[in-house]
Amino acid sequence: MLDDFFIRALLAGLGVAIVTGPLGCFVIWRRLSYFGDTLAHSALLGVTLAYTMEFNIAFSVFIISSLIALILIQLQKRTNLPGDALLGLLAHSSLAVGLVVIGFLTFIRFDIMGLLFGDILAVTVDDLLIIWVGGPLILLVLKLIWKPLFASTVNYELAEAEGLNPDRAKAIFTILMAGIIAISIKMVGLLLITGMLIIPAAMARNISDSPQKMVVYSIIGGVLSVILGLFSSLEFNTSSGPSIIAAALFLFILSLLNIKQSIKLKN
Amino acid sequence: MSSNQNILVKLKQAGFRINDKWLVKGVTLQIEKGKIVTLIGPNGSGKSTTAKIALGIYKKIDGEVEKYTNKVGYVPQKISVDWTLPLRVNDFMVLTENLKAETINEALSLTGVIHLKDKNLGDLSGGEFQRVLLARAISKKPDLLVLDEPVQGVDFTGEIALYELIKKISDELNCGILLISHDLHTVMSATDHVVCLNGHVCCSGTPMDVAKNNEYKALFGEQASQILTRYQHKHDHIHTIEGEIKKN
Repeated sequence: MLDDFFIRALLAGLGVAIVTGPLGCFVIWRRLSYFGDTLAHSALLGVTLAYTMEFNIAFSVFIISSLIALILIQLQKRTNLPGDALLGLLAHSSLAVGLVVIGFLTFIRFDIMGLLFGDILAVTVDDLLIIWVGGPLILLVLKLIWKPLFASTVNYELAEAEGLNPDRAKAIFTILMAGIIAISIKMVGLLLITGMLIIPAAMARNISDSPQKMVVYSIIGGVLSVILGLFSSLEFNTSSGPSIIAAALFLFILSLLNIKQSIKLKN
Repeated sequence: MSSNQNILVKLKQAGFRINDKWLVKGVTLQIEKGKIVTLIGPNGSGKSTTAKIALGIYKKIDGEVEKYTNKVGYVPQKISVDWTLPLRVNDFMVLTENLKAETINEALSLTGVIHLKDKNLGDLSGGEFQRVLLARAISKKPDLLVLDEPVQGVDFTGEIALYELIKKISDELNCGILLISHDLHTVMSATDHVVCLNGHVCCSGTPMDVAKNNEYKALFGEQASQILTRYQHKHDHIHTIEGEIKKN
């Protein structure tokens, strides 16, 4: 069964969607979408590193993304620049450096489009293994730090005062973000990963009234987007990453209609 | 039991500064089980800062803080909840600790907001939200309660009832309370120890001691001093949370 490229693609996509759902909720709640973008852009550097050193891609992307996150924290402490400027600086400079390095590596043929927009149809059994081991691991850790992370998202000082250690939770969450980017880069590509994090969660926000519901709906939304996107990419011969994101957007628009209806009912 | 075992938090010459600007310095106080310590002082005198030092929110401080408990309930002065979070009162109640449904209901009933349990946090009025904040802090049955202007925005009768509730909680749970308030009338009847701040401790002691202190008079005026000393009559009735009068 795993011989079929489409089955592999589907399994990979579903594995990623289950993890991006809950993480995406936190990305929205904590206003981290540009942070996610920055980590994703830096992933290109990780990919080039993987090719030059003959490393596993997911592993080196994870290392580079974590490193960029660390640098960001240091820059925030040491400069007076606003957070979004620092994010932009890191995102674009790491993307640029990555592309420059690729220019030097003339002996390797790069599928730039695949890197930027994902090539889910080239998912190997090894990639599947990484997704289905790494993904549940990320979810498990997220569940362990849920209380302090969520409490500090609502109010940092409350969490700190009542002994929940929010700083540690935040640091661990940053590592989890690097982790999800590492395992999902092959599927949606580095320009679209943040879309996979944000759009299903945004859709879920429109139709939920509690944090738990939002997490569940964003997982469902992500899974539906993957199924819808992959089948339509097969049907219309479009690339997989953008198809999945477009499907997610479609679901988001549907969730907006739902709101309008409920407002009508109220009046 | 020696008095040492009753101490929950101890501040010794504690102070906090941002760059070279002191928010508060040289604060020495201790909070004991079953006792209410009240911080008073003008705006910007370092009351909230002192509370945050006691809670361990500020880490790089001068002086010493010794904290002997981790069961803490905190009502911050300012809290804004983002619309990006779908959060009902019920979800907010279990923010830092998982509680049984009956414990949540009990706390919400005590502060008079049980009917708001399934409402979205963003839809509450200021006074309603304040009651929810207080309910959340007491529902954990903490050893130490830190209440930073806990009744701001609450209607007058509710204010009195909530202060009576705070006093009752301190007796029933035998917890220590650090209270910050502007309302000299209502606070003083229940307070065991008053610390008057103005960037430093300007005076401290029982409400009576503080009222007679000249520095306090200079800070708050003669009238405020009279309020404290005058507060020596007994109620012949109590107010319920909803504000109705019940005869004793």
